[in-house]
Amino acid sequence: MNWFKYSSPASFYPVAGKVYPWFFAAAMILFVVALYVGFAVAPTDAQQGESYRIMFVHVATATLSMFLYVVMALWCASSLVFNTRLSAMMAQAIAPTGAWFTFIALWTGALWGKPTWGTYWVWDARITSELILLFLYGGFLALTQAIEDPRRADRAGALLALVGVINVPIIYFSVRWWNTLHQGASITVSAAPKIAQPMLVALFAMMLAFWAYAIAAALRRVRCIIVERESGSDWLRALKRQGTL
Amino acid sequence: MSGARGEPSDARGERAGARAERASAARAEPVSALGAIGWACRRDLLLTAHGKSELALVFVFFVLVTSLFPLGVGPEPALLRAIAPGIVWVCALLSALLSFGRLFGSDHADGTLEQMIVSGAPLAALVAGKMVAHVLVIGVPLAMLTPLIALQFGLSAGAMIVAVAALLLGTPILVGLGAIGAALTLGVRGGAALLALLVLPLAIPVLIFGAGAVDAAEAGMSAGAHLSLLGAGLIAAAIGCPFAAAAALRIALD
Repeated sequence: MNWFKYSSPASFYPVAGKVYPWFFAAAMILFVVALYVGFAVAPTDAQQGESYRIMFVHVATATLSMFLYVVMALWCASSLVFNTRLSAMMAQAIAPTGAWFTFIALWTGALWGKPTWGTYWVWDARITSELILLFLYGGFLALTQAIEDPRRADRAGALLALVGVINVPIIYFSVRWWNTLHQGASITVSAAPKIAQPMLVALFAMMLAFWAYAIAAALRRVRCIIVERESGSDWLRALKRQGTL
Repeated sequence: MSGARGEPSDARGERAGARAERASAARAEPVSALGAIGWACRRDLLLTAHGKSELALVFVFFVLVTSLFPLGVGPEPALLRAIAPGIVWVCALLSALLSFGRLFGSDHADGTLEQMIVSGAPLAALVAGKMVAHVLVIGVPLAMLTPLIALQFGLSAGAMIVAVAALLLGTPILVGLGAIGAALTLGVRGGAALLALLVLPLAIPVLIFGAGAVDAAEAGMSAGAHLSLLGAGLIAAAIGCPFAAAAALRIALD
């Protein structure tokens, strides 16, 4: 199977259209499951009471916010290396979703911080790096929107994302550099999880839900970008005639 | 293309002369990277020395903004001493940010930048030369002004020396990041605000380690760790930033 076949907007557009509703449906189902397990099944935390339940949304969005930036940077690298238009479009389709996840992670973190630490905001390393990540997304979005020529916008944004991704490891390792109020990670690969089984189930279901949502949103958005960029091309006109745009 | 609008005539003559020199050299033989760095650096220094530059405004801005903080937070010496390292660094960062537009702005306006790209000399080396000149013109004077501000805020002599050292190590990194941002936003509407949005988040590690070094020195501890990290950042920036900025220039002028 030749994967590069789908690097052309014309062949990717219908595939994305077929696939994204499935991811969206999966996201909805997993989201409902995660909410049910997280709020009805999972036990109350011994120290934090009920307020810990915001973790299910907070941890999942925070993880994805960083992961999506790396994915975006990979698409950017691919767009610069292979000079494929679709890669740059994918990067721009992912950026708003990543920015939203970053914002939600900060917001839920503030709401979680109030009952747990007694304050909405602390200048802790991880919170601060998440805020920096929001600015990085903002810079990428602002730069790509400010440049009129799509080709220059794609390439300039790609370069910026690659420069910015150097900061993502700094964000990740910042916990070790400036260890402050924020609690250490509770789930590690090596040690056994320190949280109860239903909590883990809810957390992973929520993560999968957001994963599926991110994929669905990116595919939906990339279809809009393709239509915008390729308007006037023959294949789009043909699709329009068939009524399958 | 003729000289930039409103530029002093001697600078324009310098520019045209430099361009002609450049063109003949390109025909003759390939330019070495070191030669290109030296040429670009000397040219920018000459242009700064000849032109009526607005550079002084950057330094006035630096001193002015640092003087606003005591007026804003009150003249309590202990408080001022505590916040001084951060203020020096934030203000140096913002002052440097003000100057980044100059890096490529006038060369873009009068077409010199296109000539540099087609000249056959390694573009990353030319950009590196411009960065070195910018560090000499902006970064070093900012560092030299720091003792004045340290005195105003009551910092100890040790912290003052560390602040100068940290700025000498840190401002080249800022200039490197600023060059990437300036190249990316070349000719883009809302360029100045956009430049701030692009550069400031990337400059945060420099700010943290720079202010951390002064903090440590003020607390009587060794600033070695922070200065070492700044030095490491400087090496990484010196290697990476010219190439990234050159790539960004090619994208902007494609």
